[in-house]
Amino acid sequence: MISASIRRSSHRNIVLFAGAIMAVAILVLALNLLVPAQSAFHVPTYAVSLFGKYLTYALLALALDLVWGFCGILSLGHAAFFGLGGYAMGMYLVRQIGSRGVYGNPLLPDFMVFLNWQEMPWYWYGFDHFWFAALMVLLVPGTLAFVFGWLAFRSRVTGVYLSIITQAMTYALLLSFFRNEMGFGGNNGLTDFKELLGFNLQAQGTRLGLFVASALALSLALLVSSLLVRSKFGKVLVGIRDAESRTRFLGYRPENYKLLMFTVSAMMAGVAGALYVPQVGIINPGEFAPANSIEVVIWTAVGGRGTLIGPVLGAVLVNLGKSVFTAEFPEFWLFALGGLFVATTLFLPKGIVGTLRDKMTPRKKAEPAAERPKPAVADAEPLAAE
Amino acid sequence: MQIAIRIVLMLLLAVAAAAGARADDLRAGIDGLGKGNFAQVAKGVQQLARSGDLRLVPVFEALGDGALYARKSDGTVFIASEKGSGLALTDALTGAAAGDAPKAGFERIRVNNNLRRAVRTAIGALSLMSPDRAARLQAAKAVFAAPADDSLELVETALASETDAEIRSALEDAKAAALLKSDRSIAEKQGAIERIAARGDRDAMSILSSFRAGADGDLRLGIDRAIGDLQARQAWWDMGQNVWYGVSLGSVLLLAAIGLAITFGVMGIINMAHGEMVMIGAYTTYVVQDVIRASFPQWFDWSLALALPAAFLVAGFAGFLLERGVIRFLYGRPLETLLATWGVSLILQQAIRSIFGPSNREVGNPTWMSGGFDFGGLTLTYNRLWIVVFSLAVFVTLLVLLKHSRFGLQMRAVTQNRRMASSMGIRTPWVDALTFALGSGIAGMAGVALSQIDNVSPNLGQSYIIDSFMVVVFGGVGNLWGTLVGAFSLGIVNKLLEPYAGAVLGKILVLVLIILFIQRRPRGLFALKGRAVEA
Repeated sequence: MISASIRRSSHRNIVLFAGAIMAVAILVLALNLLVPAQSAFHVPTYAVSLFGKYLTYALLALALDLVWGFCGILSLGHAAFFGLGGYAMGMYLVRQIGSRGVYGNPLLPDFMVFLNWQEMPWYWYGFDHFWFAALMVLLVPGTLAFVFGWLAFRSRVTGVYLSIITQAMTYALLLSFFRNEMGFGGNNGLTDFKELLGFNLQAQGTRLGLFVASALALSLALLVSSLLVRSKFGKVLVGIRDAESRTRFLGYRPENYKLLMFTVSAMMAGVAGALYVPQVGIINPGEFAPANSIEVVIWTAVGGRGTLIGPVLGAVLVNLGKSVFTAEFPEFWLFALGGLFVATTLFLPKGIVGTLRDKMTPRKKAEPAAERPKPAVADAEPLAAE
Repeated sequence: MQIAIRIVLMLLLAVAAAAGARADDLRAGIDGLGKGNFAQVAKGVQQLARSGDLRLVPVFEALGDGALYARKSDGTVFIASEKGSGLALTDALTGAAAGDAPKAGFERIRVNNNLRRAVRTAIGALSLMSPDRAARLQAAKAVFAAPADDSLELVETALASETDAEIRSALEDAKAAALLKSDRSIAEKQGAIERIAARGDRDAMSILSSFRAGADGDLRLGIDRAIGDLQARQAWWDMGQNVWYGVSLGSVLLLAAIGLAITFGVMGIINMAHGEMVMIGAYTTYVVQDVIRASFPQWFDWSLALALPAAFLVAGFAGFLLERGVIRFLYGRPLETLLATWGVSLILQQAIRSIFGPSNREVGNPTWMSGGFDFGGLTLTYNRLWIVVFSLAVFVTLLVLLKHSRFGLQMRAVTQNRRMASSMGIRTPWVDALTFALGSGIAGMAGVALSQIDNVSPNLGQSYIIDSFMVVVFGGVGNLWGTLVGAFSLGIVNKLLEPYAGAVLGKILVLVLIILFIQRRPRGLFALKGRAVEA
């Protein structure tokens, strides 16, 4: 079963898919730059930024898929890592504003001047350097995930319990970031960004660059993920997902494997957040809302968890739908999203990609039974009935 | 009691008779109010109040309201109300009508804030003699809270004639406070400090603190000591008050979480739409009240009694549909169930928003749930008290239902071993459906209770869902006692942390504590043991 699930998402397919993403990205660029604005095929710059945003969402969904699809950890707090990465980038961007803020203070960001703070809190030091902020984009979500995962996996918190405490984590972060005393701009978050590495964020060139960077990051992450899940490490992970106790009895330490994957996934989410913030121009505590994290789960589920390609497609499709729906019939978006949750879990448990793949691969005898990771209950029940 | 009233009346008559003899003095005093600046008028008011004559009350009230006029020709003072372009005059002392007159011949006696305060104090002092028991009691308390320079004599006069024990006690307190303001001997003042300190409440503290600045030597030491004692006692009462707030919060959490504990405990289902069941209950209350208001306003106090079963049925039916329509296809896949119910919760929220609009709906408190009372140093409100009682009643009912009914037996059997229960002829799908309906119905009833203390909006459920999960996770599943202990300990810890850490930080700390606690006990406080739970 393990080998079957891996064979079906061959590395070659992933490479092709990553290539396709880059090709589409270049096509969008060409349509923006070369096609005159009057033409029906012209892609306006704001749309390019919108696609860029979808790509960062796709990266976030991919990160979630690594832990949910390949290690069975349903994290309901992945948007927290996304948000933390976003805040790290936001802090760098705020420092770049310099004295061009509303209050014109050369050192302190506007919200600190507004709160009557005299000096910058220590944790803001270093964020005037891009390399430092970039490091923090990885380290802050990574450290949180490491500490959280170390505590949770070591004491074998699994299943819905784990999901709920990840939700508690993002909820606690939401509440903390709302506090002005935290020094991250409170309710309003960080905004009014001017430039990134000296490039004006409003300029067309910068926005196209960010879009390309998002596409690159996503393609790269796809390749890395593909190598990761195809390695021995990834195979053990799938073993843990499907039968944790059995894997443990075979001599592996599931907590270490999970911890590593969880941390890597959090860093990936952090990168996604860092690419997201300059494209939308704001980061605020709303990103930590538990509902956001659950929405990421549905992107992944719609596309097909455990497929790598699925979450990317799911994130882009759902968000495209969201943009259309909220513009055309705002009343019905929640109905549509809610219906999507129900319909996906009931009728499309393997997501679009998983279902398509089933249709395309020649049927084998053992396949239907081995398809979905069996609910752990099925393992335990014969024991209980003894 | 009647005798007491009679005595009071006789005394009042005696006072009135004495006052009658001085009617001319009074008249002169009242006319004096028409002359001089604000300070002089205030002084006149004080002197008049010393007479203790109740006939002065309407005069002072008129002065405070700016309805006291002085006749320009002879300086006589009248109470007057505007009538057309002129004034309708009333004799200030007797209250008899004194005809109409044009405005031009009169000058209104102007008041400023200082004067108004003097008038209020004077009315308060006069009320000490009022025949109305409640008015006297209130007046005594008012003097205690803010004694004037001349309150002492008034209080002593009132004490001499007062017979009601409660009012006497209030007057003694007032006397003690007035003593501190007077120039009596140190020994007397020390006694007064003790008397005030013995009350042991916040008022006593503020009175003593206000005198501390003016006191010196032994007196100051005495006040400091008394304040120290009071503060220590107050700290305990504050702690008690916070515990009460915690119990109140805990009861709300219990109501919200108990239905969740049942569905989670029995079926292993995480129902993310549980909060929306609470919301449905709250909106049912709104609809029931709306109907009652429109058709049977005299039954409004009974609206909650009607709303409870209605909310139970509506939310229970919604839960039943949810189980039959969605959840039963997802058994054994808890994570998928979580996602599907989340979707349902989004749909329900939007449905309610589309039907009732996004803004808060007004749900009224019946009279027996409004207001509150003091218990020692604690302030208890009736709505919170009733919710605590209600949550415990629901808990006990549920406990009895689970332990002593056939349905409860079947439910427990399914919880412990689904296959075995099924083999014994229990229709587990029906047990599942009914359990889910029961859990949702209880959530609906929780909504009725929450509608009394929270805003009824489409987001009502969302604000409770995470807290309810925390309770269930903390308490452990499959055991109602775990939910009870979980709810109350989370509520109390939350409220005890609040004064030190602030509301938000307190909540964050609780969340972090729970996350850490789960490391130690991954299955909660009251974990089910055995192989069946090693899922």
